[in-house]
Amino acid sequence: MQWETVIGLEIHAQLSTQSKIFSGSATTFGAEPNTQASLVDLAMPGTLPVLNQEAVRMAVKFGLAIEAEIGRTNVFARKNYFYPDLPKGYQTSQMDHPVVGKGHLDISLEDGTIKRVGITRAHLEEDAGKSLHEDFHGMSGIDLNRAGTPLLEIVSEPDMRSAKEAVAYVKAIHALVRYLGICDGNMAEGSLRCDCNVSVRPKGQEAFGTRAEIKNVNSFRFIEKAINHEIQRQIDLIEDGGKVVQETRLYDPSKDETRSMRGKEEANDYRYFPCPDLLPVRLEEDFLDAVRQSLPELPTQKRDRFQSQFGLSVYDASVLSASREMAEYFEQVQQACGDAKLAANWVMGELSSLLNKDGLEIEQSLVSAEQLGGLILRIKDNTISGKIAKTVFEALAAGKGATADEVIEKEGLKQVTDSGAIESMLDEVLAANAAQVEQYRASDEAKRAKMFGFFVGQAMKASKGKANPGQVNELLKQKLEG
Amino acid sequence: MSMHNLTLSDIARALAEKTFSAEELTRSLLGRIQQLDPQLNSFITVTEAQALAQAKAADARRAAGETGALLGAPIAHKDLFCTQGVRTSCASKMLDNFIAPYNATVVEKLAAVGCVSLGKLNMDEFAMGSANESSHYGPVKNPWDLTRVPGGSSGGSAAAIAARLIPAATGSDTGGSIRQPAALTNLTGLKPTYGRVSRWGMIAYASSLDQGGPLARTAEDCALLLGSMAGFDPKDSTSVDQPVDDYLASLNQPLSGLRVGLPKEYFGAGLDSRIGAAILAVVEELKKLGATVKDISLPNLQHAIPAYYVIAPAEASSNLSRFDGVRYGHRCDSPVNLEDLYKRSRAEGFGAEVKRRIMVGTYALSAGYYDAYYIKAQKIRRLIKNDFVSAFNEVDVILGPTTPNPAWKLGEKSSDPVAAYLEDIYTITANLAGIPGLSMPAGFVDGLPVGVQLLAPYFQEGRLLNVAHQYQQVTDWHTQAPSGF
Repeated sequence: MQWETVIGLEIHAQLSTQSKIFSGSATTFGAEPNTQASLVDLAMPGTLPVLNQEAVRMAVKFGLAIEAEIGRTNVFARKNYFYPDLPKGYQTSQMDHPVVGKGHLDISLEDGTIKRVGITRAHLEEDAGKSLHEDFHGMSGIDLNRAGTPLLEIVSEPDMRSAKEAVAYVKAIHALVRYLGICDGNMAEGSLRCDCNVSVRPKGQEAFGTRAEIKNVNSFRFIEKAINHEIQRQIDLIEDGGKVVQETRLYDPSKDETRSMRGKEEANDYRYFPCPDLLPVRLEEDFLDAVRQSLPELPTQKRDRFQSQFGLSVYDASVLSASREMAEYFEQVQQACGDAKLAANWVMGELSSLLNKDGLEIEQSLVSAEQLGGLILRIKDNTISGKIAKTVFEALAAGKGATADEVIEKEGLKQVTDSGAIESMLDEVLAANAAQVEQYRASDEAKRAKMFGFFVGQAMKASKGKANPGQVNELLKQKLEG
Repeated sequence: MSMHNLTLSDIARALAEKTFSAEELTRSLLGRIQQLDPQLNSFITVTEAQALAQAKAADARRAAGETGALLGAPIAHKDLFCTQGVRTSCASKMLDNFIAPYNATVVEKLAAVGCVSLGKLNMDEFAMGSANESSHYGPVKNPWDLTRVPGGSSGGSAAAIAARLIPAATGSDTGGSIRQPAALTNLTGLKPTYGRVSRWGMIAYASSLDQGGPLARTAEDCALLLGSMAGFDPKDSTSVDQPVDDYLASLNQPLSGLRVGLPKEYFGAGLDSRIGAAILAVVEELKKLGATVKDISLPNLQHAIPAYYVIAPAEASSNLSRFDGVRYGHRCDSPVNLEDLYKRSRAEGFGAEVKRRIMVGTYALSAGYYDAYYIKAQKIRRLIKNDFVSAFNEVDVILGPTTPNPAWKLGEKSSDPVAAYLEDIYTITANLAGIPGLSMPAGFVDGLPVGVQLLAPYFQEGRLLNVAHQYQQVTDWHTQAPSGF
């Protein structure tokens, strides 16, 4: 049977506010346990929450960016359950009246098509603390530094049909929150976490299958692997005559499998009700206008502009607009050299391989946008060949010069375009390979074509790559035919 | 007159005139507490050393030229206001070992104007009760009859003031917990408008209903205390950013033209007819002072108790979740696992009434019942509020009994919670609507005090205090003291 996968995602983005959502404590990552926990975070008796306006502003920014309905009156609710790292015994979240309502996000798929993914809602809530089970000899430690950190939970429609689409969506959300400056997107530190709801159904069937939720997957690679694993598990189960049960599962990257965490019957009754300590949040038109004004150019707008302004392909434009840093880098290179296509090729080619090799982000690049732009200028004006340019690029990466010009000068890589110099160099090459010249001249057209490359290679080698390849070709042809 | 019979305003004059010092007064009252409180059990903690230090500091401030009316005034706090470095128990075994690491805003504000706190007052456990019988530290006795309850939940506050151990105290009122004990012990007590007094540091029972306020022997003393307790607090999102009225200045307004509303529902079945008669006598007195009287209706009164006993327990069930044995408070011995830690710590730490309300509230919020209970109760709450809004189009204050019965015998209703809940019938509507309410002495039935309740529109605490003060100028119920104290 042919199966279709249905995936919906819940993404928790940690908002990059200075202080917590309901207290004045700092939100810095990695501080000593419980040094960022105030009376409120410890849920001392008698303490009360006060909403951080910046968290609301960031949530609204996101809502406007996905063209969502904004909850003009949004309400915080308590989600009640017991856990040692949940100090109040409830999580303050939003239920019936979230700050962000229905919206959507366009994502680019690998085949170059654009897919619109529906976003059901996004709501504000507080994070819990952390339970630490090591180093306490049969006891558990509680670190409440993270308790009260603002989260935006972004809930998608079940619109994704493959693990790859799901990853593309998460990447698009990741890019968007970083564009908006509302989340640092650091998945390793848990700033962006993902719960995946996965189900399968026979192709053509309209009703959804029973879904399983995979909790807290924290990298793009694991999201893809966890979903693919889960799809296969469900298909195998059904084809063996079994039934998928609604449950929460955990992905174990070391074993590449998901396993059951708790079933539906063990699910908590969270007893949501409006938090009486917090009044409904009313958003005035002025406030929304001010947030709207502060929106930067968004990834999709940038992608469209890269196509129309620079004539880039959808694919190139998508890759280059995928992150705010990537887009900024590309535009700086483009400005420095005035050639968008060359700039795109270099950023997506040499630069990306260099970054991948060293595992660096573009903002950590060893070659700056100005350096790369300067390098491309020298290709354009024939100072160096494309091949030498790679040498110059590597030298820049290795810190062997501040600019491409300096490297070219210091290493003597300037392209030789003086015909006289090239001719005498060619004469030496041909003299050193007299036998091959004789053979060439005795050969037919097809054989000659093959041998020609050998002479070009020898000539470039003799010039240490600096001779202008076009001139070498032309003069060599004259001399051999001559 | 001996020091313990003085009101706050008498004390203010005496301290200003150097009749005695704050330290002398404090020592005298501490002695009285030591001597008499064993009969009453109104204090959970007496902070003698701290009180003397505060009194000396107040004397020093006065010597340096300060003149505040509450500078050196002795009070005590209901034991749900957090007091830094002092046990704050909520009268619960759960918090018997809890030393608060910070001060409630109310505590902070009263300390700032120079009030001397003599200690922490007994109450119903977590403010849940109308008789002060649910305290982990034992019941409080009514000074008017030691076999009877003082009312609750601010029963310790009421008994201590009625017995002249202190002139005034803080209390909190979620469904009548200031007004009802004031009525049962011959005091004046005021529940302010919701949001008028900060809830920061006041351990929550039902957050949307809880409000701190003063108890004292006179309206004037309540005005004095409220003036320093009230005010916007950025730490409490439900506190209202509005200037505090000059309550003392409003006391002396004449009552001519005052429109008093008598809701017919407050005089129906269930009301002790002798209390009804006492209330009507108050009305006659107010008429003499120039008030006009109008019969009104608050038709949704009958729904108030069911609505309250859904909303308050629902909020309480969530508010009390933090008492889990993990970070502070009672923890059971050698828990075998997390569930055992939770179950035994809470089973051991909470008393029966608290457990009952947590169960009721948990049930009311659970899936499948939420709409039928919680949402419906919120709708009733809106109807009750609307009743008041339309009534206040016609009258300036609403007047009626504070309680249907005078103080009952200790233990009489402890086996029948619903009978005890019904005692709140006249007071809980003010909490559901958020309006201010005041109870003041209105006479006696069989030697037991009767309270009359006044209700006013939002933020008109000044009006309530004005009416009460004017009434107290022409009557002397409020000056009566229980024999033996």
